[in-house]
Amino acid sequence: MDTRPDSGHVLSADRPGRFGPYGGRYVPEALIAALDELDREYAAAKQDPAFTAELDHLLTTYTGRPTPITEAARFGAEAAGGARVLLKREDLNHTGSHKINNVLGQALLTKRIGKPRVIAETGAGQHGVATATAAALMGLECVIYMGEEDTRRQALNVARMRLLGATVVPVTTGSRTLKDAINEALRDWVTNVATTNYVFGTVAGPHPFPTLVRDLQRIIGVEARQQVLDLTGKLPDAVAACVGGGSNAIGIFHAFIDDPEVALYGFEAGGDGVATGRHAATITAGSPGVLHGARSYLLQDEMGQTIESHSISAGLDYPGVGPEHAWLKDSGRATYEPVDDADAMEAFRLLCRTEGIIPAIESSHALAGARRLGERLGPEATILVNLSGRGDKDVDTAATWFGLMDDSESEGGR
Amino acid sequence: MTTSVAFEKARAEGRAALVGYLPAGYPSVDGSIEAIRAMVEAGVDVVEVGLPYSDPLIDGPVIQTAVDAALRAGTTTKDVLRVVEAVAATGAPAVVMSYWNPLDRYGAAAFARDLAAAGGSGVITPDLTPDADDTWIPAAREHGLDTVFLVAPSSTEERIAMTTAACRGFVYATSVMGVTGTREQVGDAAAGLVARTKATTQLPVAVGLGVSNAAQAAEIAAYADGVVVGSAFVRRLLEAPDPAAGVTAVAELAADLAGGVRTR
Repeated sequence: MDTRPDSGHVLSADRPGRFGPYGGRYVPEALIAALDELDREYAAAKQDPAFTAELDHLLTTYTGRPTPITEAARFGAEAAGGARVLLKREDLNHTGSHKINNVLGQALLTKRIGKPRVIAETGAGQHGVATATAAALMGLECVIYMGEEDTRRQALNVARMRLLGATVVPVTTGSRTLKDAINEALRDWVTNVATTNYVFGTVAGPHPFPTLVRDLQRIIGVEARQQVLDLTGKLPDAVAACVGGGSNAIGIFHAFIDDPEVALYGFEAGGDGVATGRHAATITAGSPGVLHGARSYLLQDEMGQTIESHSISAGLDYPGVGPEHAWLKDSGRATYEPVDDADAMEAFRLLCRTEGIIPAIESSHALAGARRLGERLGPEATILVNLSGRGDKDVDTAATWFGLMDDSESEGGR
Repeated sequence: MTTSVAFEKARAEGRAALVGYLPAGYPSVDGSIEAIRAMVEAGVDVVEVGLPYSDPLIDGPVIQTAVDAALRAGTTTKDVLRVVEAVAATGAPAVVMSYWNPLDRYGAAAFARDLAAAGGSGVITPDLTPDADDTWIPAAREHGLDTVFLVAPSSTEERIAMTTAACRGFVYATSVMGVTGTREQVGDAAAGLVARTKATTQLPVAVGLGVSNAAQAAEIAAYADGVVVGSAFVRRLLEAPDPAAGVTAVAELAADLAGGVRTR
């Protein structure tokens, strides 16, 4: 685990867990004691060499870190304006995405606190699978809340979680997606907090989650920054990542925040197109407010009611975003743009065909963003893309999108 | 009437106050006004008017169902203020129960102003602790509104003291760790929490979460200044074959609970 001190500019000192005006803790009093305990135990664990050694050991021998950088030469030449595209291969982690980085740390914290049960929310199922994996490894009881709509879209991951011994609870309230899974997990937590730790999957939620998850994902950028320097002799011109809640993006951004020459780009899910209103582009089209315990941008109506998000990608289908992203946006340090479903799926197809890598649909939004950046920045540019997950779970969705189930085996169309 | 006067009146009568919750907008805005009026006539001393919210994370299935329906029917924050105005006209103090984001969106100062103008007495904020935000308490103080915050069995002594110092009107003690909904038993934790809370404040302490019948109300009235009932009232509306029957069922429950808070 990387335990270097935070970059001073993002945290305000008056309240813990504030990123400028964002972040904080808007939760029922009943949860404050558990959040304080988590904050305290995490602060102690960070300073405990035995804890950091155990986490480092797991990240090396169980997860497979460091993950490599792959130069996507054909993708860059044929699909990204000739730019040099480097992929940070988080898809090669055990369980298939960056989510495992966070979960191993939080599961170790759960054991340190002495609670026997973990709960988690999941959208695409990647965080649920990672949590179920860590729970199996460490002998913890595990319950995963997943929107009913997502259990259908990501049936393979539901089966994986059950194979790993987790109980998967389909959530049938609200929009039946990630937002409602978080509500239901919070209801479980407030009821069972004495025995249960909430392994939050992204850099949203009440303090300390945005900081805790960020620190545990920070290793992505720390590795990648050195790998790019070793490979190219300089820093990349741009870093691209997809943003739902924003954990993989913060993970790769953070090590570059103090490198002003490196542009940081977060690509949100544009769904059917931002103009249609059917999207999950929270920073692009949302406004500041409070959702799930923190102040940040969110999709809300004039009454402050959350608006349902839409995306082909279950993992980005969330009407909120982590508070540190809100601050990076307002401060101008990072730029956020929408990528609609069609552009993401085209990038998905192109990476399959040019590099022999099937990306997660979430990560395909970053790839589509990299194509755009390549066109803008030209062949001299080096673009680092966080390939946050692999696409095995998305094969059904992609086969439907591209019409691959048809007898005619038509290509490229829907 | 203010909440303080309602609690003092109950105390003078040697009983606990009965606090009843119903969400604005269910089964309709006018329907919620009728149900609340019936609740007050049958013996509810203080009314909590729920402001429907899309992500009610400490509410159980009963209240979720009602507020979802209220939102689908288009209930607005202005409608909630209209319900408050109608309740205040009955003479019973009306406090709004609201998650923070709808109030933040309306603007803390604007909401305080408009709620006071509607005759509202204050606001209960289930997901806003006094230390979470700087805008609400000054706005509420300016307009003389009660700020009712929650204490929980998991609260430390230090946090209970911090919370009660920020409360006006009364303190809301959650009887159990959990979400709203009726329970067979109200936890043993409640009496201990009330004692810990009373050690820090002269304000009345009301106990909520899980109370559904006269026997439970009587049990809590033995040690608390107020008994809060929400889901049990909402369930009467949800299960009613028509709105009129719902109003009758709400009145019956209110009368039953009013008997309970007088048995100590």
